[in-house]
Amino acid sequence: MLSLNKIEIALGSFRLRADFQIEARQKVAVVGPSGAGKSTLVGAVCGFIDVLGGQLILAGQDITDAMPDKRDMAMLFQDNNLFPHLTIAQNVGLGIRPVMRLTLDEKSKVNDALVRVGLGDLGSRKPSELSGGQQSRAALARALVQSKLWMILDEPFAALGPALRAEMLDLVAEVADETQAGVMMVTHAPEDARRIADSVIFVVDGVAHGPQATTELLDNPPPALKAYLG
Amino acid sequence: MAERIVQITVGKISPRLGISAAVLIAVLILSALVAVVSRADGDFALGPSDWSAVRFTIWQAFLSAFFSTILAIPVARALARRRFWGRGFLVTLLGAPFILPVIVAVLGLLAIFGRAGFLNDILAFFGFAKVSIYGLHGVVLAHVFFNLPLATRLLLQGWQTVPAEQFRLVAQLGLRPSMVFRLIEWRLIVRILPGAFALVFVICLTSFAVALTLGGGPRATTIELAIYQAFRFDFDLGRAAVLSILQLGVAGSAAGLALWFIPSVSFGGGLDRMQRRWDVRTVWSVVLDSTFIVLALGFLILPLLAILLSGLGGLADVPLAIWGTAWTSFWVAMLSVGALLCAALPMAGWIATSKRAGVEAVGLLGLAASPLMIGTGWFILIHPFANPADWALAVTILVNALMALPFALRILVPTLRETAQTYGRLSGALGLSGVALWRCVLLPRACPQIGFAAGLTAALSIGDLGVIALFADPDRATLPLQMYRLMGSYRTDAAAGAALILLVLAFGLFWVMDYWGRRNVIAE
Amino acid sequence: MKYLTFAAGVLTATSAFAETPVLTVYTYDSFVSDWGPGPAIESAFEETCNCDLQFVGAGDGAALLARIKLEGARSDADVVLGLDTNLTAAAKETGLFESHSVTADYTLPIEWTDSTFVPFDWGYFAFVHNADVIVPTNFKALADSDTKIVIQDPRSSTPGLGLLMWVKAAYGDEAASIWEGLADNVVTVTPGWSEAYGLFLEGEADMVLSYTTSPAYHLIAEEDASKASVKFDEGHYLQIEVAAKLAASDQPELADKFLNFMVSEAFQTIIPTTNWMYPAVTPATGLPKGFETLMVPAKALMIPADEANTVRDAALIEWQNALSK
Repeated sequence: MLSLNKIEIALGSFRLRADFQIEARQKVAVVGPSGAGKSTLVGAVCGFIDVLGGQLILAGQDITDAMPDKRDMAMLFQDNNLFPHLTIAQNVGLGIRPVMRLTLDEKSKVNDALVRVGLGDLGSRKPSELSGGQQSRAALARALVQSKLWMILDEPFAALGPALRAEMLDLVAEVADETQAGVMMVTHAPEDARRIADSVIFVVDGVAHGPQATTELLDNPPPALKAYLG
Repeated sequence: MAERIVQITVGKISPRLGISAAVLIAVLILSALVAVVSRADGDFALGPSDWSAVRFTIWQAFLSAFFSTILAIPVARALARRRFWGRGFLVTLLGAPFILPVIVAVLGLLAIFGRAGFLNDILAFFGFAKVSIYGLHGVVLAHVFFNLPLATRLLLQGWQTVPAEQFRLVAQLGLRPSMVFRLIEWRLIVRILPGAFALVFVICLTSFAVALTLGGGPRATTIELAIYQAFRFDFDLGRAAVLSILQLGVAGSAAGLALWFIPSVSFGGGLDRMQRRWDVRTVWSVVLDSTFIVLALGFLILPLLAILLSGLGGLADVPLAIWGTAWTSFWVAMLSVGALLCAALPMAGWIATSKRAGVEAVGLLGLAASPLMIGTGWFILIHPFANPADWALAVTILVNALMALPFALRILVPTLRETAQTYGRLSGALGLSGVALWRCVLLPRACPQIGFAAGLTAALSIGDLGVIALFADPDRATLPLQMYRLMGSYRTDAAAGAALILLVLAFGLFWVMDYWGRRNVIAE
Repeated sequence: MKYLTFAAGVLTATSAFAETPVLTVYTYDSFVSDWGPGPAIESAFEETCNCDLQFVGAGDGAALLARIKLEGARSDADVVLGLDTNLTAAAKETGLFESHSVTADYTLPIEWTDSTFVPFDWGYFAFVHNADVIVPTNFKALADSDTKIVIQDPRSSTPGLGLLMWVKAAYGDEAASIWEGLADNVVTVTPGWSEAYGLFLEGEADMVLSYTTSPAYHLIAEEDASKASVKFDEGHYLQIEVAAKLAASDQPELADKFLNFMVSEAFQTIIPTTNWMYPAVTPATGLPKGFETLMVPAKALMIPADEANTVRDAALIEWQNALSK
């Protein structure tokens, strides 16, 4: 379980409050108007943004002040998820152990991950030689080998077309199920939420509201969400 | 691919003005050389001592550039990784040594490293033998003092081109500092260091007073001193011209080599922006960074502090006339900035949109040419038509602008290139070109860089003795000239006071312009 | 209308200006500075000459000669003031100077007979040190001692060249070995006098090459008696600063008048406490108080002007070789 206990985040003059729990292995979407603080919320959860007050508890452990790599979370950003000068295999390999030389065993693990996301023969390529969708797959392959409790996604597929995005979301769900990880993903598209999310966190007016079952919430949105969904 | 995009989208920046400016600069420098040659009646032969001067010049410039850039790596790395109180001030202060008149800086350094300096006092206290600063190592030390900050700023800017997500990714994956160095930092160092090396190398090529004073004797004769000797001692204009050409040749080759590498990162503005880092909490890296920051701080601040202290003591002795001189220096600096921008903006626009970056080499000409040669050449050209003294300030302004040009281009080109790439298509679609393009798009976007370049030029021209000594106009001396005159008439305390005024004025102008530029950034 | 008045003003100003003849004197930079003799001499001469005296500063003595060579016969200069006896032969060779008709009761250590150049002040090169420090009293003893000195480069500085000639005049063919002996005493060599003196005052060396008159500045202007110059057994090299009229001058009479004024009481009384040198003609009132405390060399050394040029080039090579080892 991931608990946000009276979390308060300050970024300049911007304030965001959150006070809720998410069950383990849940898939939650974070939605809300642009500028409401969706990225801020996941940034804080991952440890990239300091929290002003409150506690962040993951599986019984206080991780409020933990370093990003000590939180049992794998994050996918909007851009720059891969080092452009490393091969795809090297990029994925970093998820296993942060060194450049891997053991044979580890290498085959990387290869398995690449095969799993459909990049089996592209391990030796550089990111620039891959399409946008393939780059996202590579990042997911890394998340796969990282095998963390949570996968945090900050709109990594925003630039992809609808069909490809749907495909990637399915892959995320599959990877999460295989690694028994929870998913927290920022999105501005309600259909993304409907596609894989069990519940939705709605962020508006400086407050991140606790997760509510996706279908229920989206079918009967409260006024603020209704205004956002249009 | 990228180059093609540039070509298509930014054809609207007219290269004509830029090319004209570049040609004008080349003509200004080469005509000086031709003028000197035209008056030469020697046999243009170089003696063995000239050749040893050439060897020494290249060697000391190489060592100076090597140590300035190598030492800049840990300092820049530490500054990029750490947030601490006064960091912004320290980064700004990195500009200070660069603008000091040579003799002021040398006296400041000697107050710390000299025979009677602070360091030797400490060594003596602990019973160690004295160390001597005089020799090749002293020359290199002084050049590092001048140029380490420059190299550090160049590198620091490189760090800031790293996308923030890369550092988040690094944090995510829990990469160790050594891995971060291999994965991210080493790449940007390789990209930036050769260009920084070349820039420092060219700056040190024309060194003369530093090399001689700290070099400890005629062993430390540089090409510039040989040129000085040829002009003044032997009046052998032919030899002076040959030496000047040699100097230009060495600098030109270095520049040519470096332009393959010269950092194409923006090095102005935004320097106080600080990237958030998570990968640097190991005790070892904290100790390492703190050590380098403290060492660099001490190395830069202590001599400046010495200048400040002796200057404060001498302030009361400074004659009132100095304020008139300061005023002259002030508006000479302003006009130098104007002249610089007139040349640098169109040139930068042209370079930013041209496929080959080689044209930037023209900018380096001004830095590599012997100031004495340029001054003498123009003197020969002007004299038949007018009294050179009447032209002293005009020539000073031009030379200041020439000197600052390579730095200004280094600062402006990357931003203009990026702006052209990002907004070129939009501007084209809106039919923006010529003056409108500059006014609506390029100038506002490049504001921080323009402010930084202008500040640097203003500071450089305040601090530079330049050719004004050659053209000397008794009624309109500049601050450095007046300071030298005070020294030359035994008034050492007053000279120290004048040096402090100079330092404050130069640094103040730099700060104001830099600040102005950054303030004018449109909120995004 | 405004423009007309303005233009008229400019015109009258220029014509009024044009009626006053202008005498242009090229000199070294420190002569014209606010603290040099220039300003006082300008007003003193203008009181009597009904002219406009304009000083133009150009570096130091050697730079001055280079500039005259550069400008040639087209030079605006009527008089050049500030060459020294090491440069007069080279200056005469240019053929740009004209002989003078000045006579005066010179108080120089040597007899003055030059027909082109008129002396206006003089001094001895000497090593200046802190009065409370005991220092060697000849070059050989200096070479054997641990005493540290800072000197100027003869290629870029007049005193630096003076030292070169001093050693040569004192030791002739032995000069090279003297320099070799001195090499480890030389802390450093500076481009000019200012840097060397500054280094000395900062405590970088025990002695600096300067003039016997240097302590007079500290004594008179700063009431500081802590500086002294050391008397060398070999004698001291004499520097005589001179002026001359240019052949191409468009104000020859005024130039003559100036050269005569130069050896007069009015000019000579200004020199000691502004240029910190001995006047070429000691004024009736004598030297300023404080000058009597100065060290007086036992012997004046000087290489005759016509030999200076050849001696100079050979001596420079010796110097460079000895100090480059």
